Amino acid sequence: MREVILLKLGEAALKGQNKSAFEEALIKNARRRLKGCGNFRFTKAQSTIYVIPDEGANLDEAVSRLLRVFGAAGVSRSAVTDKDWEAIKTTAADYLKAPLEAASTFRVDAKRSDKSFPMLSPAICSELGSYLLMRFPHLSVDLHNPDLRVTVEVRDFGAYIHADQLPGAGGIPVGVSGRASLLVSGGIDSPVAGYMIAKRGLSMDAIHFASPPYTSDRALLKVKELVKILARYTGRVYLSVVGFTEIQEAIARHCPEAFSTLIMRRFMMEIASIHAGRHGCDALVTGESLGQVASQTVQAIACTNTAASLPVLRPLIGLDKTEIVDLARRIDTYETSILPYEDCCTVFTPRRPKTRPRLEQVIEAERALDRPALIARALERIDTLVIDEDTVL
Amino acid sequence: MQAIYLDNAATTRVETPVAQGAYRVMTEEYGNPSSLHRLGLRAERLIEAATQSVLRVLGTGSGRVVFTGSGTEADNIALFGAALQRSGRGRHIITTAIEHPAVLGPMKELERQGYTLTLLRPGPGGTVSVEALAEALRPDTILVSVMAVGNETGAMQDIPAMVRLTREKSPHALFHCDAIQAFGKLPFHVGQWGVDLLSLSGHKIGAPKGIGALYLADRVHIAPVVFGGGQQQGLRPGTESVPLIHALGLAADLAMEHREAAYEQVSRLQAQLLEGLGKMPGVVVHLPSAASPYILHFSLPGYRAEVVLHFLENRNIYVSSGSACSRGALSPVLTAMGLPRREIEGALRVSFSRHNTPDDVQALLNALQDAQTQLIKAR
Repeated sequence: MREVILLKLGEAALKGQNKSAFEEALIKNARRRLKGCGNFRFTKAQSTIYVIPDEGANLDEAVSRLLRVFGAAGVSRSAVTDKDWEAIKTTAADYLKAPLEAASTFRVDAKRSDKSFPMLSPAICSELGSYLLMRFPHLSVDLHNPDLRVTVEVRDFGAYIHADQLPGAGGIPVGVSGRASLLVSGGIDSPVAGYMIAKRGLSMDAIHFASPPYTSDRALLKVKELVKILARYTGRVYLSVVGFTEIQEAIARHCPEAFSTLIMRRFMMEIASIHAGRHGCDALVTGESLGQVASQTVQAIACTNTAASLPVLRPLIGLDKTEIVDLARRIDTYETSILPYEDCCTVFTPRRPKTRPRLEQVIEAERALDRPALIARALERIDTLVIDEDTVL
Repeated sequence: MQAIYLDNAATTRVETPVAQGAYRVMTEEYGNPSSLHRLGLRAERLIEAATQSVLRVLGTGSGRVVFTGSGTEADNIALFGAALQRSGRGRHIITTAIEHPAVLGPMKELERQGYTLTLLRPGPGGTVSVEALAEALRPDTILVSVMAVGNETGAMQDIPAMVRLTREKSPHALFHCDAIQAFGKLPFHVGQWGVDLLSLSGHKIGAPKGIGALYLADRVHIAPVVFGGGQQQGLRPGTESVPLIHALGLAADLAMEHREAAYEQVSRLQAQLLEGLGKMPGVVVHLPSAASPYILHFSLPGYRAEVVLHFLENRNIYVSSGSACSRGALSPVLTAMGLPRREIEGALRVSFSRHNTPDDVQALLNALQDAQTQLIKAR
């Protein structure tokens, strides 16, 4: 039996003149993400993208990957037959045998976009329904709340038969809105923030600040693993790792302890803005959530924000920790995020951080540092790695 | 740059002749020791030879050896098997608070299953006193497990005295000793110790990971806890890993050949390190009252152990953080010794092998000095 995967466009279909650009982006992203699952051809018609496998492609894996591609509202794996009534009804019974046997009620939906097909939609529904009742006598029809919805779509290239459509990842295809750089720490929040922004169509770069020997190779590996999970949704991520030890040590030696985290974050914002800007990013993304820690009060954010020359997107700003954790579990980053490899960073955590800093105080507190020189040297100490969902770390 | 490897209590580099021997057995002597044909017989003889090598290191010609997949597995087979075997004569078991998790884990599981567990606390010197054991032993005690050399501090326990006491006060008890940090390093005769059961591991003495062994003295029986085809007297069924067993035998031979010279050399290295650390302000050495020279445990209070460890790693020097702890949890061994929190957080463990040199120790001392001047202290 021939099978295809149908991607139903979500919001992309509503975007009028941009529609074809969105479709192209979705196809490009889907094509990249299916590398390693075999060969596929892509065609589009009527707000649907047809993902047509060659012989030997791994459809199970392909479906699970496509469920994570932004821009698709629904994903269905369908049987394809000729637009011939006999073929349609036997294929429906054979292809959906297992789910029909498991269900006790069903209904049939028909979409007839090929208007030359001789049967009208209501006729398709009732005839196919009768046929399935004969083949599976244990079933009964329930139009309002069926266990299983059997859908027949008579389209330009053939007839497609599938059970319930799986909800897609939604959102906008990654890349159509531009590019942003995610500040990723290894904690729970930042991967979720990256996920949310990628869902709105931005390609994701990532930037991480490492302070060996205060942070370890294992901590860095954890960040790479998180980025790799994120790449399942965002596609390829360029991860830049900034050598940050000199700055951390300078802050610890020369600045008042209560301001050290704020000063550190101002460095991060400034370095990330310059580096991301050089690499075509239009914004930074952080996992900040209002009030979660001392450096995430609105006053603290005001102080760090001025150090960023790019706009800073904070998609988690209004979420509770429990809501963030739920999202992290859903995108599968949670278990990796809670691995305990970052204790050494506590060396730099102030015992009593300033929660309501004023910008003048912070600027005064960092006066002992030669900020431009420290930043210039940090920008020279950046390694960039390419991470895909298949990358072996 | 050659690695300066000072983490030999964690594991060792496999000795080249040992690796070659294992490879030869994998590719040439690949018979199943249970097979009736000649290849099977040859594999069986290799196991017998390895058994003799292990017994030689233990200083005895008698007793049995059961090869396992690890020291942990040897401990588990010994402790569950002994408790089960003797459960008709009592339900009281004893171990120390400073055992490796491979012993503490099974003993706590036995407690959960209804046995009464007494945990002996060490003194500040890291050793458990014989008096503490004397107080704990009861007529219904059926199992005592005490490690020979502590894996964190190198503290040595007085096993012969503890065995004698156990025989006097608890005639039904089996005495198990986890000798994983002692085997092939300290000169001892298992017969003089008088233990019933003793666990050892290959990868601490130049054999690969994945091979350990349990020694059972003559006339000691324990109940099997793993079931299958009856190999290794029914105590550890499953086709024997002949290449790794052969490797353990070869490593045991090498350890035996070099044992006295290595002990001397390592003792000198330990003395050199002690002297150097003594000159460094702020360093606290945790030298147990009786200690193996193979392990030295000390703190740089105020510095996080992991930070110093990674600092040393950047100079290609490898040590352990002295407290095998996860975030927030302090080592139970060091806590039991009554060390203050700052010392525990800054604790490092250096462990030697016969391949270490005075230059290695000097490089470590220099690097530690640099760490103290360059690193930021914990708040």
